Amino acid sequence: MTILTIATFIGLGSFAAGLLGSLTGLGGGIIVVPMLMYVFRVDFRYAVGASLVSIIATSSGAAAAYVREGYTNVRVGILLEVATTAGALVGGALTGIIDPSILKILFGLLLVFTIYRSLQPRAEHEILSTPDKWAARFRLDSTYPTPEGRQHYSVRNVPGGFVLMFFAGILSALLGIGSGIIKVLAMDQLMRLPFKVSTTTSNFMIGVTAAAGAGVLLHLGYIDPTLAFPVMLGVLAGALLGARLLTRANVKWLRQLFTLILVVSAARMLYDGIRAVL
Amino acid sequence: MNQPESRWSDHAVEQVIGRLLQVGVLLAATVVLLGAALLLARHGAEAADYSVFRSEPNELRSVTGIVRSAFAMSAPAIVQLGLVLLIATPIARVGFTLVAFILQRDRTYVWITTLVMVLLLFGLVFGRGAA
Repeated sequence: MTILTIATFIGLGSFAAGLLGSLTGLGGGIIVVPMLMYVFRVDFRYAVGASLVSIIATSSGAAAAYVREGYTNVRVGILLEVATTAGALVGGALTGIIDPSILKILFGLLLVFTIYRSLQPRAEHEILSTPDKWAARFRLDSTYPTPEGRQHYSVRNVPGGFVLMFFAGILSALLGIGSGIIKVLAMDQLMRLPFKVSTTTSNFMIGVTAAAGAGVLLHLGYIDPTLAFPVMLGVLAGALLGARLLTRANVKWLRQLFTLILVVSAARMLYDGIRAVL
Repeated sequence: MNQPESRWSDHAVEQVIGRLLQVGVLLAATVVLLGAALLLARHGAEAADYSVFRSEPNELRSVTGIVRSAFAMSAPAIVQLGLVLLIATPIARVGFTLVAFILQRDRTYVWITTLVMVLLLFGLVFGRGAA
């Protein structure tokens, strides 16, 4: 196939991935790498490079809106970015050392975890109001908008969240994903931030984490311009359209479609990785 | 917490950060689009194969090489320059946050943000990862 033909198809596929990721709120990054590998026969490393730069575009676009609405906790974001950027640099250094088959298994396991998390009901936990030692030290407690006005919340388990964020950073650079699922887990479950604050702060951090990893991958030659441009432009256009349609779309069957894609991707990644290792 | 009398309240900072991210992504996407159009016009009919990893040539792997080749009107380098601008957008956001914390005289967060900035620039400029 010629560059023009394949760029057109990859652009359309990336547009669909960005749209679906944005409409379901699960992010498009996690399906871009499997799509490039299994639909377009792209090498794992090129797929990771193209996916990681496209994530910077979508997360920065979405973060712009959320930050201005006042949900994002900028201090929590900056503090945890120390962990995610350090993790991304470690991940970038490891990417040339670890065998791609092992990375495929890791990707498959992360997909399984994503499916498990997306099937769980989203219950808002109790909002804490008493200060914690670390949260007070770093002045992390804040307020967020609710229908009844701005509500105060306290932050817990900062060291635990910090450690988990370091691993989220490693996975981001290794697998070309935003690892939003792990970032939200750290903030929502461990640090007890309100769910909406966790998701928007995660989005705010994804761009910085991906930028740290993308810098390393650029130097390693993982970012191919003829492949990266249709992915980046496609995913960005899809995500922007998704943000506009969000209130009108029927999210239920889209989530089922997304889950199906995740299941197929997980099976294929695990099969490929395990077969190569054995 | 934040100083309401300061011009750089947390809220004002959030507004500027939001705008900065939008402008950065728009600028990066425009440069990528221009490079892509040029690339397709010149090389669109050539065969593409991404199934074997070869790593990119040196001039498309470092920031200085990319900037030099982009000014020489190399289409792949212009796309790559757009992607470097994209990588620079969150870095600029961190840089602005740093300035805001300096103006707020928030010493703890000046240090924390500086650390994030150093880690980011290290990745982009040296690209050595943590090794």
